[in-house]
Amino acid sequence: MSAKAEIEIIEAYCKGCSICVEFCPTKVLEMDAFVVKVANADACIACNQCELRCPDFAIKVHKL
Amino acid sequence: MAYDYEKSIRPGKLPHIWCPGCGHGIVMKGLIRAMDTCGLEKNNTAIVSGIGCASRMPGYLDFNTLHTAHGRAAAFATGVKMAKPEMTVICCGGDGDGAAIGGNHFIHACRRNIDMTYVLLNNYIYGMTGGQFSSSTPPGHLASTTPYGNPDPAFDLAKLAIGAGATFVARTTAFHATQIDKLIVEGIKHKGMAVIEILDDCPTTYGRRNKFRSVVDMMKRLKDIAVPVTAAAKMTPEQLEGKTLTGVLHKEDRPEYCENYAKIIARVQGA
Repeated sequence: MSAKAEIEIIEAYCKGCSICVEFCPTKVLEMDAFVVKVANADACIACNQCELRCPDFAIKVHKL
Repeated sequence: MAYDYEKSIRPGKLPHIWCPGCGHGIVMKGLIRAMDTCGLEKNNTAIVSGIGCASRMPGYLDFNTLHTAHGRAAAFATGVKMAKPEMTVICCGGDGDGAAIGGNHFIHACRRNIDMTYVLLNNYIYGMTGGQFSSSTPPGHLASTTPYGNPDPAFDLAKLAIGAGATFVARTTAFHATQIDKLIVEGIKHKGMAVIEILDDCPTTYGRRNKFRSVVDMMKRLKDIAVPVTAAAKMTPEQLEGKTLTGVLHKEDRPEYCENYAKIIARVQGA
């Protein structure tokens, strides 16, 4: 399955709360030393849940 | 393209000061999207707040903003609206600021039905000042000033607003991110006092004292307690035990304060 969106992470803004990791329905994101990273980009279905629930303006979902 | 939040935020203000996992950022995003949907112009919008974590919001938003005394957001916002009735006035603040310290101003703004939108972020605690219990801390819960459990019953802020006379009252949670902007849009479009209570999480001063192991636990709690009003109509009182109704809770039409005041001026000047 190919990715439906490209997820941009602004690491300087991420505070590592892991809300995005928990509520991603396809487990695209993962925590890495208290900062989120894209671990499984191909599984992204562009649902935008991570961007909507990121309290720190650190995630941008660019639909492809 | 991803949604551009930064066009509504003052340059260089991010990252914000809120703690990791604090839902205030989610609510601010919802507020930005809502103001964008309503097509509000920066020069014709005033955002007013008091003191507290949630009241930091105007510091980030690139609109006309007013950061006022503790609990006095509704009072200052009333002044702005009376002086410039054509302006869209939005208040934001927390439960401690809006409904405890500023409870008096809040209920009288509701009673007058002045045309403003009050975004009330209820995180059950005074977060910024050190986790003291507020008027909406649930009974039995722990705060820095109630180390053996809060003896007081909590305010239901939406019911308080309805009882005080607000003509649009809605509730949602920080978990329900898309509902936040939908309800704020309805509130901004409503002519009269609109109160949108948003249940929020405070992992730092509320969560860690009340056995929430993580931010995610607090978000899951918000997800679990929320029941839409339409679904609640089909549920029994036992099923609704411990739940909170979300959605539009109250809507009515009543004369708006600024218009009433303008009519009095016209009548007296004409006489």
